[in-house]
Amino acid sequence: MSSIVNVSGLGKTYEGGFTALHSVDLEIREGEILALLGPNGAGKTTLISTICGLTNATSGSVTVGGFDIREDWRAARRLIGLVPQEINLEPFEKVGNTVRFSRGLFGLPRDEALIDRVLKSLSLDDKKDERIRHLSGGMKRRVLIAKALVHEPRVLFLDEPTAGVDVELRRDMWELVDQLRADGVTIILTTHYIEEAEAIADRIGVINKGELLLIEDKAALMARLGKKQMVIELAEPVDAIPAGLMDFDLTRSDDGRGLTYTYEAGGKRTGITRLLAAVQGAGLVLADVETKQSSLEEIFVGLVHEGAA
Amino acid sequence: MNWNGITAIWRFEMARFFRSIIQSMVSPVLSTSLYFVVFGAAIGSRIPQIEGVSYGAFIVPGLIILTVLQQSIQNAGFGIYFPKFIGTIFEVLSAPLSAVEIVIGYVGAAVAKAVLIGLVILITSFAFVDMQIAHPVFMLLFLVLTSVSFSLLGFILGIWAKSFEQLNLVPLLVVTPLIFLGGSFYSITMLPPFWQNLSLFNPVLYLVSGFRWSFFGAADVPVAISLIAVLVFAGACLSVIAWIFRSGYRLKP
Ligand SMILES: Nc1ncnc2c1ncn2[C@@H]1O[C@H](COP(=O)(O)OP(=O)(O)OP(=O)(O)O)[C@@H](O)[C@H]1O
Ligand SMILES: [Mg+2]
Repeated sequence: MSSIVNVSGLGKTYEGGFTALHSVDLEIREGEILALLGPNGAGKTTLISTICGLTNATSGSVTVGGFDIREDWRAARRLIGLVPQEINLEPFEKVGNTVRFSRGLFGLPRDEALIDRVLKSLSLDDKKDERIRHLSGGMKRRVLIAKALVHEPRVLFLDEPTAGVDVELRRDMWELVDQLRADGVTIILTTHYIEEAEAIADRIGVINKGELLLIEDKAALMARLGKKQMVIELAEPVDAIPAGLMDFDLTRSDDGRGLTYTYEAGGKRTGITRLLAAVQGAGLVLADVETKQSSLEEIFVGLVHEGAA
Repeated sequence: MNWNGITAIWRFEMARFFRSIIQSMVSPVLSTSLYFVVFGAAIGSRIPQIEGVSYGAFIVPGLIILTVLQQSIQNAGFGIYFPKFIGTIFEVLSAPLSAVEIVIGYVGAAVAKAVLIGLVILITSFAFVDMQIAHPVFMLLFLVLTSVSFSLLGFILGIWAKSFEQLNLVPLLVVTPLIFLGGSFYSITMLPPFWQNLSLFNPVLYLVSGFRWSFFGAADVPVAISLIAVLVFAGACLSVIAWIFRSGYRLKP
């Protein structure tokens, strides 16, 4: 797959001397959905702002669709749509007018049919003549998305699109992202919600303290780190793992009551049936059984802590 | 050139103006009418002719310049300050628009509004005084040039200002006194020599003087100098704006 955004050695030190990005390298593939995960202040917005030309990089370079954002800034920017983190909208403007304005800024002629289509895809078709201050927060966010889509960008940056959005609207947003991907738009979204990245991304990048700690296919990341565990709680503690259970590579908890079995999530032969039969065969009595999946959350927390250490 | 982009900004700004057209027009027209009543009719009737024109007519160019200057600074300043203040400036800065195009859009709209108001005041003044415009084309040219240069200044102020107070402070503390001391309501030949010489450092003097020449064919300073002064002032503002966009001053962190 060819890459559409190429970030290399990108560094950003703000005027006060704070370094928000340390030499970030990132290649975004055409047509993918990339989720950037990171805690508050990790540098996600700074990265996006720099690619979009809102902040000047201190070092490194960025190309979008092969165009350097400094040399060929016009061509590069034409390809980009940006939905900012903050809801920046003029309260007294009408929805239709503000969307029309955004399209004009990109040098494109008026196209009411397209505007109507974009508004409809965001369920805003009945709000075209409404003043923005009369909209709910979720609708305002969708207006921002409409503004970013109305020049038909090839790459869309969504900076925390679902922050402060209710569950239903979040699902709608995910659907929209899916639909955009089907149209061939490359999407980069930032989020604090791991389940969001898990639900919609093709690849996941983790940023912390201005460094890209990891970037990997979601499936591979889940397979590599996404083991499942079954914890067996025994009615009576054991001093050691019984001989009949040696094959299963179990770990025994300190109090001797818990045995933990780790297996491949979604694997065909999990070995659970054999294990439970062996437990019974060893004469052990079960008090409880619990299974856990190491979620992206844990992976993420683990990574961020490693980074901090 | 991204002409569609320029037009988009210009239209958007003009729409804001026409949404509140009544307030935008009524206040300057009303206040100038008051000037005419007080200075032109009440006090002016006791003042002899200046440079061969009645006092009422004499102050018309000054009043128009006064309003056009204030409107230019205010419109352009607010025009760029507001999107910066509420954050919508991001879309202009991340769009495929050059600095020149952004300035043409915002300053163009500010000039259009200010000149429109200036012309409305001119029309109003015909209701109060009897006069003829000696050089109408030059009058219009001068009006536009003045408005452009002060809209550029307003644009700079709008980018510089960090609050609405700051935005209003400079026009209030610096520009308004300069306008009043720039011979809007008198000829500087009426001043003692020291103040006459000091007035020559006031850029507004050249505007008022040049503009008055286009009405009555008489001026405090030669017209060519007035024209040069406006162009120099506009050039200075343009270089500041060029620096702002190159450095990202108060626009790009
Ligand atoms: N204009 C600025 N001047 C100085 N420092 C800044 C500026 N903008 C951001 N920073 C700093 O850069 C760091 C990264 O900020 P950034 O907004 O990129 O984080 P983020 O990952 O988007 O966080 P969040 O999830 O909270 O949105 C923060 O420490 C922030 O304080
Ligand atoms: Mg952010």
